[in-house]
Amino acid sequence: MSDITRNTPGIAEASEAAPTQNGGLLRVLGPAHIWALGVGIVLVGEYMGWNFAVGKGGAYAALIACWFAGILYSCVAMIDSEVTSTVAAAGGQYTQAKHIIGPLMAFNVGLYLVFAYTMLEAANAITVGFLVETVAGMTGHEGLNPQPFIVLAIMFLAWLNYRGVLATLTFNLVITAFAFTAILILFLATSPLFGESPLKHAELMTGLPYGWLGVLAAMHFGLWFYLGIEGTCQAAEEVRSPSRSLPFGTLAGVMTLAIAATLTWYLCVGLMPWEYLGQSGAPLFDAARMSGSTALTVLLGIGTLFATLASANGCINDASRAWFAMGRDHYLPSWFGAVHPVYRTPYRSIIFLVPIALIFALGAPLDQVITFSILSGLLEYTFMPLNVIMFRRKWPLDTIKRGYEHPFHPVPAIVLLCLCGITFFAVFLGYGTQLVAMIAFYIVVSLWFHFRRYRFVQRAAQFTMPWPKPQGY
Amino acid sequence: MARYTPPPQSKLGQIFDVIVLLALTVGALYIPLWLGMAGSAQLHDTVDAPSWESLQQNATMVEQWAKLGFADAEAAAPLITARFDYSFSFFALIAVIVTVLGYYTMMLKLSEKEYRDVIAEKFGEE
Repeated sequence: MSDITRNTPGIAEASEAAPTQNGGLLRVLGPAHIWALGVGIVLVGEYMGWNFAVGKGGAYAALIACWFAGILYSCVAMIDSEVTSTVAAAGGQYTQAKHIIGPLMAFNVGLYLVFAYTMLEAANAITVGFLVETVAGMTGHEGLNPQPFIVLAIMFLAWLNYRGVLATLTFNLVITAFAFTAILILFLATSPLFGESPLKHAELMTGLPYGWLGVLAAMHFGLWFYLGIEGTCQAAEEVRSPSRSLPFGTLAGVMTLAIAATLTWYLCVGLMPWEYLGQSGAPLFDAARMSGSTALTVLLGIGTLFATLASANGCINDASRAWFAMGRDHYLPSWFGAVHPVYRTPYRSIIFLVPIALIFALGAPLDQVITFSILSGLLEYTFMPLNVIMFRRKWPLDTIKRGYEHPFHPVPAIVLLCLCGITFFAVFLGYGTQLVAMIAFYIVVSLWFHFRRYRFVQRAAQFTMPWPKPQGY
Repeated sequence: MARYTPPPQSKLGQIFDVIVLLALTVGALYIPLWLGMAGSAQLHDTVDAPSWESLQQNATMVEQWAKLGFADAEAAAPLITARFDYSFSFFALIAVIVTVLGYYTMMLKLSEKEYRDVIAEKFGEE
């Protein structure tokens, strides 16, 4: 029996007792690490990127988008928790697709994951560079070249990931907690609770500049408030207790982000005109500057830096796991499926994805990189309802033991599918060319996989779960 | 069902496959940028000699713009007048819907074909 199959809820005791797997990834993570991985990747969305939703529809549109995106991600978390706590293996949704829908879907999902995370990593590195450049300008060092800092950030985090997952995610836990606390401190310091407040909502808030169409359009960047929370699944093969840690860590992460997103929106729209906010590179840092407090400016500057580093760190972790899993299954050259003999990390995948992140971090504008990431995420979210519906049909509840069963099925799947449809339309409004280019790419690579690459893949060996034959086959 | 044995792939073949995938990736993301087709459909209304009043900014907004480093209306005008163009043709929308649905349909059908082989080999034909 493979290492993966021993990790199923029904026979979890044996695997949970063993801290390591022979030749596999190290099983050392707990629920707090899962929370840190999910929130760590996403919290940067409060520090940059979400505000483009304000640009697409105005301040109120961004808030509506934030809450609807929250519903979308609650559905994602519910569905994902059920499937991942049952299919607990590296690769997350990729491995789910392989067992539930089929190899081509799995290959596409693997690519969605790699591109969503690698583009997000590139966006984070761009923000690190932008922040360093801004701080240099504020301290009288105009014209500082941000590119060496972009390269340094990506290289340092890749090295950290190379050296080991426990140290990487513990580092994430600390800097994510700091970044989240910084938002809370900024909120408390600027709120009317402690004296005069710099917030001016009554004077700065306007109506909907694009009407209700702008509200729909804002859903595009509304996803950025939460994008990447589903990355918790990538650590499935490295958690001590997948059936407990994954649902707890993921759902706690969504709640944390919903709170942080609403606080962030409230702060920023009370301090900046929407036209500026909609195009700002680092809105929370700008908000701290507008508060007039040097201490808050420094705090949020460090918070922005930590949030971007935590996110990039988690992205390297997740993208490399997905690439590793595809290599292990021969969907990609098997060379990528190697685990480091000492550090037990997918080191070849980690190294290989570094130059790809650099190509985009050094060569593409921030909003384009974010859109590429969002589009890959959106394609993945559209897969999830199809995945859970097929999962329940092929293996009804009484046929295999699940670590977690999400309630109200199929309502979350239907809601998620509807919200994905709305978000596709939102991306079409303003970024239609990228949408078509991205879909064209996935069509071409799908044909390449089906007609060329798949011949190198063993058939039955892909199915590693100790499940009965699916119903209907 | 007879067990399928994949052909061994040479190192050169593996490298070639990675290069193809990389070329497709970089192409998909960079070709729209190089062709100038990527990016937001934002328009800028040109305003001659803009003032805070003509840009419909109240006193508080002007104060906040100043804190952000925009000393006069002319400096802030490009940001304030930037607007997305959400006009679209019905044909373009239908084309995008067909593309997205066509992609998922193709993928599900081909996946199902592959999946049946996997299940047949794993559990045996009934």
